[in-house]
Amino acid sequence: MAVEKFPVEASHILMFARSVGDYNEIYADEEYAQTTEPGSIIAPPTFVQASAQFDPDYFLRPKPGTPWFGSGKEPTSIKKEGSGGGGGGGGGLHAEQHYVYHRHPKPGDVLTVTVKPGKKWEKQGKRSGKLLFSETVTEYRDQTGELVVTARSVGVQTERPVDQ
Amino acid sequence: MALSASNLKVGDTHEEQVVEDLKRTQLVQYAGASGDYNPVHTDEVFVTKVAGYPTVFAHGMLSMGMTGKMLTNYVGDGRLTQYGVRFTRQVWPGDSLTAKATVKAIRQEEGGHIVDLDVSTVNQDGVEVVSGYASARVDP
Repeated sequence: MAVEKFPVEASHILMFARSVGDYNEIYADEEYAQTTEPGSIIAPPTFVQASAQFDPDYFLRPKPGTPWFGSGKEPTSIKKEGSGGGGGGGGGLHAEQHYVYHRHPKPGDVLTVTVKPGKKWEKQGKRSGKLLFSETVTEYRDQTGELVVTARSVGVQTERPVDQ
Repeated sequence: MALSASNLKVGDTHEEQVVEDLKRTQLVQYAGASGDYNPVHTDEVFVTKVAGYPTVFAHGMLSMGMTGKMLTNYVGDGRLTQYGVRFTRQVWPGDSLTAKATVKAIRQEEGGHIVDLDVSTVNQDGVEVVSGYASARVDP
């Protein structure tokens, strides 16, 4: 993921908090937020995931002129022989997510994002065949270069859809 | 608001229902806010005919985000120092999730007080969908 700048904005925090069903006023009302310990609107704990919005090439967003794997006239607009595989339908599945908060992002922050590939490993799964795990470590730094959030993500590519 | 180390003990719990009868619309909402438009979460035609699942399912990060609401309600705003999870089962439309934090340790670090929590979210059948941990700054 290539995100050059991740501007943290109050309206984005509001929409994100609503989407996880969190109606805490600290995510919505600056006047109220000023009366809280943090003293301003802050981002909810998983907000930095939304940095995907600022990756111009993010692979899980349809882009004009590029085939998209979701349905249109047909169930998918990507022509591929064979099937199965990629339980997530192209992107794999998210296995783990870890965050360390050095502080909590707030509106006005402009974060820079550095992604480092981590370990890769394999495992035999009971419900989805062979599993290929891969890890990435993402650092979010503010405009002064201070580390704000460190994120470690583990993705998994499954051999077949997960049995239910 | 904030927790205080002197009032906490190992084994204390805090539990909240974080969603009841999860709606497909909320998956659309989360896709739009997070920017993760993977069609497995919102596109019934794709997910049933191509990906091979019975219906759309929630973003793992939505489960983590909903679980995070329980955590911040418990420890207070801006108090989390770490939070991590494994996604142990998929979450489906119609699911109702209950998230729980259990105090694992209360310790001091660099002069401040920290609580370590085990985190677990289960669905309406009691099946764990998120398993993790968190730590937060607490008052003395």
